[in-house]
Amino acid sequence: MTNKIETINLSLWYGEHQALTEVSIEIQKNMVTALIGPSGCGKTTFIRALNRMNDLIEGVRISGEVLLDNEDIYADSIDVVHLRKRVGMVFQQPNPFPMSIYDNAAYGPRIHGIKNRGKLDEIVERSIRAAALWGEVKDRLNKPALALSGGQQQRLCIARALAVEPEVILMDEPCSALDPIATTKIEDLIQDLKKEYTIVIVTHNMQQAARVSDMAAFFMMEEDRAGVLVEYGPTSQIFTNPEDKRTEDYVTGRFG
Amino acid sequence: MNSGKIAMGVFWASGLITLAILVIVIGHILLNGMGMISIEFLLDSPRALGREGGIFPTIIGTIALVVVALVIATPIGVGGAIYLAEYTHRGTITKIIRAGAECLAGIPSILFGLFGFAFFVIFLGFGWSILSGGLTVACMILPMILRTTEEALKAVPNSYREGSLSLGATKWQTTQNVVLKSAAAGIFTGIILGAGKVAGETAAIMLTAGTALRLPTSLFDSVRPMSFHLYILAMEGLSMERAYGTAAVLVITVLIINSTTTLIMRYYTRALRG
Amino acid sequence: MYRHYKERIVKSVLFISALAAIFVLGLITVVIFSEGLPLIAKVGLFDFILGAEWRPLAGIFGIAPMIVGGFYVICGAMLLGVPLGIACAIFLAEIAHKRIRAVIRPCIELLLGIPSVVYGFFGLVILVPIIREHFGGPGFSVLAGSIILAIMLLPTVIAVSEDAIRSVQRTYKEASLALGATHWQTIRNVILPVARSGIMAGVILGFGRAISETMAVIMVLGNAPIFPQSILDPARALTANIALEMAYATGDHLQALFATGIILFVVILLSISLINMVQKRDMA
Repeated sequence: MTNKIETINLSLWYGEHQALTEVSIEIQKNMVTALIGPSGCGKTTFIRALNRMNDLIEGVRISGEVLLDNEDIYADSIDVVHLRKRVGMVFQQPNPFPMSIYDNAAYGPRIHGIKNRGKLDEIVERSIRAAALWGEVKDRLNKPALALSGGQQQRLCIARALAVEPEVILMDEPCSALDPIATTKIEDLIQDLKKEYTIVIVTHNMQQAARVSDMAAFFMMEEDRAGVLVEYGPTSQIFTNPEDKRTEDYVTGRFG
Repeated sequence: MNSGKIAMGVFWASGLITLAILVIVIGHILLNGMGMISIEFLLDSPRALGREGGIFPTIIGTIALVVVALVIATPIGVGGAIYLAEYTHRGTITKIIRAGAECLAGIPSILFGLFGFAFFVIFLGFGWSILSGGLTVACMILPMILRTTEEALKAVPNSYREGSLSLGATKWQTTQNVVLKSAAAGIFTGIILGAGKVAGETAAIMLTAGTALRLPTSLFDSVRPMSFHLYILAMEGLSMERAYGTAAVLVITVLIINSTTTLIMRYYTRALRG
Repeated sequence: MYRHYKERIVKSVLFISALAAIFVLGLITVVIFSEGLPLIAKVGLFDFILGAEWRPLAGIFGIAPMIVGGFYVICGAMLLGVPLGIACAIFLAEIAHKRIRAVIRPCIELLLGIPSVVYGFFGLVILVPIIREHFGGPGFSVLAGSIILAIMLLPTVIAVSEDAIRSVQRTYKEASLALGATHWQTIRNVILPVARSGIMAGVILGFGRAISETMAVIMVLGNAPIFPQSILDPARALTANIALEMAYATGDHLQALFATGIILFVVILLSISLINMVQKRDMA
C-alpha cells in the first residue's frame, strides 16, 4: 500500500479558534477514506486543508505539514493552482456554474489551455461518462446546468472535477443535499472511481461511511479545540471493533 | 372614526397623489410632445437657433457624450469594483475607497461642471468639447458603475468561486470566466443606468461641452446635447412646441432605458436557470 | 512564472481602477478649492457667507440671499415631499395590493430617471403660470421651486423608505398582530420604529437631491439674488448662481463662483456624514 497524502502534526486556527489539532494521518492511494465525526469537529476544515481551499478564508493560520506524494503542499515553492489541479474537490451543495452542461465539464480543460474542440468534446464525454451521467444528458449538453436535478448537478460537478484529471478527489458531504436515490447513484460512482483515483470523503452519515469507504478516520472536538483525530483505521475495524471508547460511543449512536 | 381608519385613508390618498403626480408630469410632456415627434424632427437640423427644424445634432451630441463617458467610466468602474469585491478583504484601503466613491456619488452635478471647466476645458486645454464634457460626466457616473457592479459581484454565490478555484483556475480566470459571467446582467444594468444619467445630465455638460448646434466632426468639437437644448429652447422662449418635442424624446429615452434594464434582468435569469 | 506575473499585473491594474474614485474626488476638491479659496480669503469667509449683496460686476460678493433663498426652497420641498413620500412608502410596502404596487413601483423608477431639466420644463410651463394667475406675483417663486423639488425628491424618499419598511422582519409584524394590535397600531408601534433609520437615510438622500439640484430650480425660481419676502417671491439657489454666471464670469467673479462651489461642497459633505452617522448608530 502506498501513501498518497500524509499529514504530520497538522494544526489550523481560525483566528483564536483552533480547528485542527495536530492531525497525523496517512491516506492511501486508490482507496476511499471517510472522515466521520460530530458536526463542528473539523472534518470539513481538514479536507479543505488538503487542497488549500482554506487559504481563501481570512485569518487562517496553519502549522505542520501536508505531504502529497511526499512533497509539502504548504511549501513556498508550491503553486496552489497546480496543486488544486491535482487535488479536485466536490462540494456539499452541488455548485455547477451558470453555464451549459458542456461548458461546465469543459471549464477545467479550457482554463488549463485546451482549445481544440475535438479534444474538448472527447474530454467532456469521457468525464461525464465517468460520472455516470452521460445517458441522461447526452442529448442536451447545451442546456443550462442549473436545469438539472440536484443529483444530476452533483454528478456533473464530479464530472467537472474529473475533467481536469486529478489524482485525488475530495468530497465534502457530497450527498447531504440529495435524496436517497441520487445518493445511491453517487455512492456507486465512488466505488467505480476509486480504481483510478484516491478519494477522501467527509460524511455525517454512518451507514454511508460504512458502505463506501475502505478506511475511516474519526474526528472529535474537545472543550477548547476541535479537529482532534481520535482513531484511524480500516473501516470494518472502526465500525465493529474500535479501539477507542469515544469512537465506539459515536458509531453506535451513543452521542453526536 | 378611529385613528386607524384615518391613517389608512391618508396612506391610500398619498399613494394616489403620487400616482397622480406621475401621470400629470409624464402625461403632460408626452401629450404635448408626441405630436411634435416625427422622422423629420429627429433627423433634421435646427434652423434659426432652434426656432425651426429638428434636433438631429443634439441627439448626436447626447449619443457622443454617452459613448465617451461609458468608454472611460465602464472599464475603470468595473475594474475598481472587481478589486473591491474579489481581490481585497475588508481593510482600511477598501473602506477609504468606498467612502470616497460614496462622497463622489453625492457631489452635485454643477460641481462636476465647475471642476470639468477648470480642469478639462482650461487646464488640459480640451476647450468646450465632447471630450471635456464626456470626461466630466464619466467622473460623475464612475461611482454609480462602481457600486452597481460591486453589488452584482457580491450577489454571485461563493460556491461558484470555490468550484472554479478547486479546479485549479487562477483568481483572474475565476473572475473572468465565472464571476463576471454570472454578474453580467447586474453590471449591464448599472452601465445602462449610467448611460441614462449622462443622457439626462445638463448642469455638468453646459459648463464643459459648450453650446454648438452644428454636427460635431471630432472629439474636440463643441456639442449641445438634447437636455441643454431643451433648456435653451424653453428659457429663451425660442419654440415651446420644439421644447415639448425634445422633452418627450428625453422621457421616452428614460422609458426605453428602464424597460431595457428590466428585460435584461428577466432574460438573464431565465437563460441561467434554464 | 508567466501566470503569476499575469495575475500580479491584473491585480495592480484593478487596484489602480479602484483608486480612480478617490483620485477624482481628490482632484475635484483640489481644483475647486484652489480656484475658490483666494476669493474667500480676499473677501473674508464671514463677509462672503453673510454678505447680503451679490453684485459681481461691482466686486461685491455676498451669498447670504442665496443661502437663505435656497434654504426656504428646500424647507418647502421637504415639508411637501417628505410626509407624502413616507406615507406613500408605507402604502406601497404595507397596504397596497401587489398589483397596485406593480404599477406604482416602475413609475417611481421612471420618475427617478427623468432628467431634471424635464422637471424644470414642466415647472416652467405648468406651475409658474398657475402660481402667477392664482396666487399673484411673477410665478417664478420659492413656491414653484419647492413644489418642483418636492416632486423630484419624492421618488428617492419613497424608494429608500419602502425598502427599509420591507426589510423589517415579518416575525415582528406577526408578533404584534398576534397580540391583537390593529394593522395601523402595528405600523406605528413596530414597523416604523424598526425602519426609522432607513427612512431617515431616504429623507437625507432626498435632501441631498434637492440641495444638489440645478436645472430645475433655475427654470422656476426666477433667480433674483435677493432675500425673498414671501413664498411668491423669486429667489436664487447656490447651484443656480454657478450655472447662470459661468458663461461670462472672469477674474474675481469667476473665483467667486468657485467659492460658491466650495460652500455647496462643504454642505453636501456634511449631509453625507450625517447619513453615515445615522446609519452607524443604527448598526450599533
